[in-house]
This record gives sequence, C-alpha cells and structure tokens, in this order.
Amino acid sequence: MVNLIQASKISVSRQGNRILENVSIGVGKHDFLTVIGPNGAGKSMLLKCLMGFYMPDTGEIRKMAGLRIGYVPQNFAPENSMPISVRRFLGLRRKTETAVLETVVEETGILTMLDRPLFSLSGGERQRVLLARSLLDNPHLLVLDEPAQNLDISGQLAFYKLIEKIFKERKVSILMVSHDLHLVMASTNEVICLFHHVCCSGEPQIVAKDPEFISLFGEDMATMMAAYHHSHDHVHHNTHSHEP
Amino acid sequence: MIMSITILIAMNLEPFLINAILAGVAVAIITGVMGCFVVWRRMAYFGDSLAHSALLGVALGFAVGIALNVGIIIICSVFALLLLWLQQKKVLATDTLLGILAHSALSLGMVTISVMGRRIDLHSILFGDILTITRPELWWIYIGGAIVIIMLLMNWSSLVLMTLQEDLAQAEGVRVFLCNLLLMFLMTLVVAVSIRSVGILLISSLLIIPAATARQLARSPEGMAIIASLFGVTSVGLGIYFSFILDTPSGPTIVALAASLFTLSTIYLQGIRKK
Repeated sequence: MVNLIQASKISVSRQGNRILENVSIGVGKHDFLTVIGPNGAGKSMLLKCLMGFYMPDTGEIRKMAGLRIGYVPQNFAPENSMPISVRRFLGLRRKTETAVLETVVEETGILTMLDRPLFSLSGGERQRVLLARSLLDNPHLLVLDEPAQNLDISGQLAFYKLIEKIFKERKVSILMVSHDLHLVMASTNEVICLFHHVCCSGEPQIVAKDPEFISLFGEDMATMMAAYHHSHDHVHHNTHSHEP
Repeated sequence: MIMSITILIAMNLEPFLINAILAGVAVAIITGVMGCFVVWRRMAYFGDSLAHSALLGVALGFAVGIALNVGIIIICSVFALLLLWLQQKKVLATDTLLGILAHSALSLGMVTISVMGRRIDLHSILFGDILTITRPELWWIYIGGAIVIIMLLMNWSSLVLMTLQEDLAQAEGVRVFLCNLLLMFLMTLVVAVSIRSVGILLISSLLIIPAATARQLARSPEGMAIIASLFGVTSVGLGIYFSFILDTPSGPTIVALAASLFTLSTIYLQGIRKK
C-alpha cells in the first residue's frame, strides 16, 4: 500500500550538529505511529520536516497528492494580552460550514468553551480546542507533537482516550510524538524510537524488548511496557537524561 | 477626509491647527492598530529601539540631503535587518542586542548631527512638534499610514494566528518568515510617520498605552484595534488642544493624556468589577 507520507533517509544538521541522521519513516492509511525519544533527539525536527517547514539536507519526503494534515503543535500558551474567543480562534483564516463545526465541537466536547476567552482555558481544554481546530479540515493525517505534555495524569488519560476515539471513528492516520508510551500503547501499532537516528522500531511490545530502547529509557520503562527484562548488549555513546 | 477638512476650515481654525489635527488623527489610528501587535507580540522594546535608531536616520537625511523620512526608513530598516541577523546568530539575548543597537544608533545620530554643525531643533525631534507639521509632511503620514493599515488588514487573520502559535500558522500555510519581516517593516514605517508628532522618545508609548487601555474593554482582536485607535484619537485631539493653549511640547502632552485615560479607565473598570 502506498503511504500517505514517506520520509526516506533524511538527514538534517544545524550549526554543525547532526539532528537527524538517515531517518526513514512512513505513515500508511489508518496507521498509528508514536515517536519516542529523549529531549533533543530530533523528534520535533522530524515532524517539522515531514510537514514541510524545513527541507532536509539529504534524503527525500514524499506526500500523497492532496494530503490534508491536521497539526497539534507543542507549547500552546495564549496570553491574555489578546482578547479572542475560542469560537473566533477556530474560525481564524478559514471558513467552516456550521455542520462541520458542530460535528467537531461535539466530537471534542468543547461546546461550553466556545464563547470563553482563549487564554482562560485550562491545559486540557486548550489541547481539546487545538485538536478540534486540526479536525476542521477533515484531515487524512493528524500530526501531534507531545500533545499531553503539560497535563496532569487524569488529563493525559482523558486526552489520549479522545485521540483513540478519533482514530477509530474517523479512520485517520496518526503520527504522534509522546513520552507517555504506556498510555497510548493500546492504539499504537508502530513505535519509532528516535535518537537522531532510528534506534529501533516496530510493535510496542517488540520495541520494549529492544536493547536500544532499554538503554535509552531504562529498565523501568521497558518493564512497565512489556514486563520483560533484557541485558544490555551495547551502550549508547551519548550521555543524556532518561526521561519518564 | 474632504468633509472633515471642510468642517475644520468652516470652524475658522488656523491652517497649522488643521494640519496638526489631520496629522494627529492619522497617527493615532496607525499607532492604535499597530500598537495591538506591539502589545500582543511583546515588541515594546523593539519599537522603542527602532525609534531611537531613527535619530541616526535624521542625521543621515541632513548629511545626504534627502528627505528625513527616507533617511529614517533606511536606517530603521537596516537596524531591523541587523537585529534579525544577530538574533539568528544567537550570540546574545534579544533585549541585550536591542540595548546595544538602540543606544549606539542614538549616540551616533547625536554625534553626527553635532559634527555637521547644523542647527537642528533637537527638542522637536526628541519630543515631537505636531503644531509645525507642513502639508508635504501630512502627505507622508497619510501615504505611509495607508500602507501600514492596508497591509495589516490584508494579512490580519494570518498575523493574529501567527501571534497565537507560530508553528500552527506555518502548518496552515502562513509564510511566517515573510510575515515577521512585514511586521518589522511596518514598524519602521510607523516610526517614520509618527516622529514629527510625538518625537523619537515617545513613539513607543503611543503604541502601547492606547492598546493597553483598549485591552481591558475589548472582546476580540479587531475590537481592540478599533478601541485603541479611538483612545489614541482622543489623546491626540486633547493633546493638540492643551499643547496649543498651554504652549507645552506636543509629544509629552499627548502621552500624558493617553496615560490619564489609561488610569481613569483602569480605575473605573476595577470599580465595576468589585461591585
């Protein structure tokens, strides 16, 4: 099957630092891909290359003709210096039919927020509004960059449940950067473990057994994911903090 | 426009007062709308620095014998591009860079003007002298101002979205880099057309104070721009009047009135909220 989007052997350097090295990744129809990796591993850069913000130095990116991408960015913190309602924010730069808007509002449960000022929303509400905006265009592919980063644990659970629901009901493809692999495992059908290069990839249970995964995330994470132990058979040269 | 001129002439005002009012109203509308972006995007210090660098532009204008506005636009654009370039290099924090560039340009401007030995009314450049604005200068303000307003309106939604979240805007097809450049260029235009009215040192306050006053009343980005312009027009109108009868410098008088309006509306709104 032809992929919606396919990156082949892309490399990116910035200020002499290799950020992405020979990374290949493809998202097919109704795929749920989760990219994990330590901070500074190039995850956001990978998403931004796929979305066409930057051209990779080498390698190529192919997109299906007419591909519509919905994007949920990292760090959305509107300030109260700008007075703007949620409704107006959803309507910025686009004309949406009322029926489409109503469906999306219903789907993401943001009806009661529509007339509130954008800056007054809580973290979880804000993410739902962003998700709603990304759905207005009826996308084939949702790209989410650490969407539950600043939420508390119940907020994270609720948000991932919502994503799962959308994934199942809309039959979209999802490409997500997330650290909360244990929370999205049920839906994820492929995990890509990134540390400048693709360390390992595959089904979550299989990735959890991969020595590279264990050396990046530690035994605890691996145990949590697969209840499986594995001895290190190689050591990463880069020092970096292990993230939860 | 023509109607308001007719009304003003009918009121039997001195021509210089008519010019001052026509200039003031235009400058207030321009800075009111642009000021919203300054407040939203935290460009206050940038605007201030740009205005400081304008003195070098004035000096250049005198030295080369070109119109002062052209000199100001050239120097401010160079300043903005230099800043953009240094920001990309990430050598120093932006506010440090601004501090260095702004005051170097201001000092260089002062030195150049002194060396040329030209007698310039420095006071009116620093604090504005709206009562001596001439017809050709008025044209500058209206043409420059029209460009600013039209460009902002044409790109309004993109600029607002980009201000809220730059990556989101880029993902949805906004050319973020160009929009940033556009905002910088429009700021240089705003500085160039406002200098004669409020002076180099006070331009940023005319950008910030009316917008900040409007923020408390507005419920949409457009509403804030309109209310800010109205506050600006009121401040400038009253400012010209008091500057004329009290013989005070126009810039500080206008800004003092804008600050009074801000204070009054803040106290009033706080009072309402408590009830």
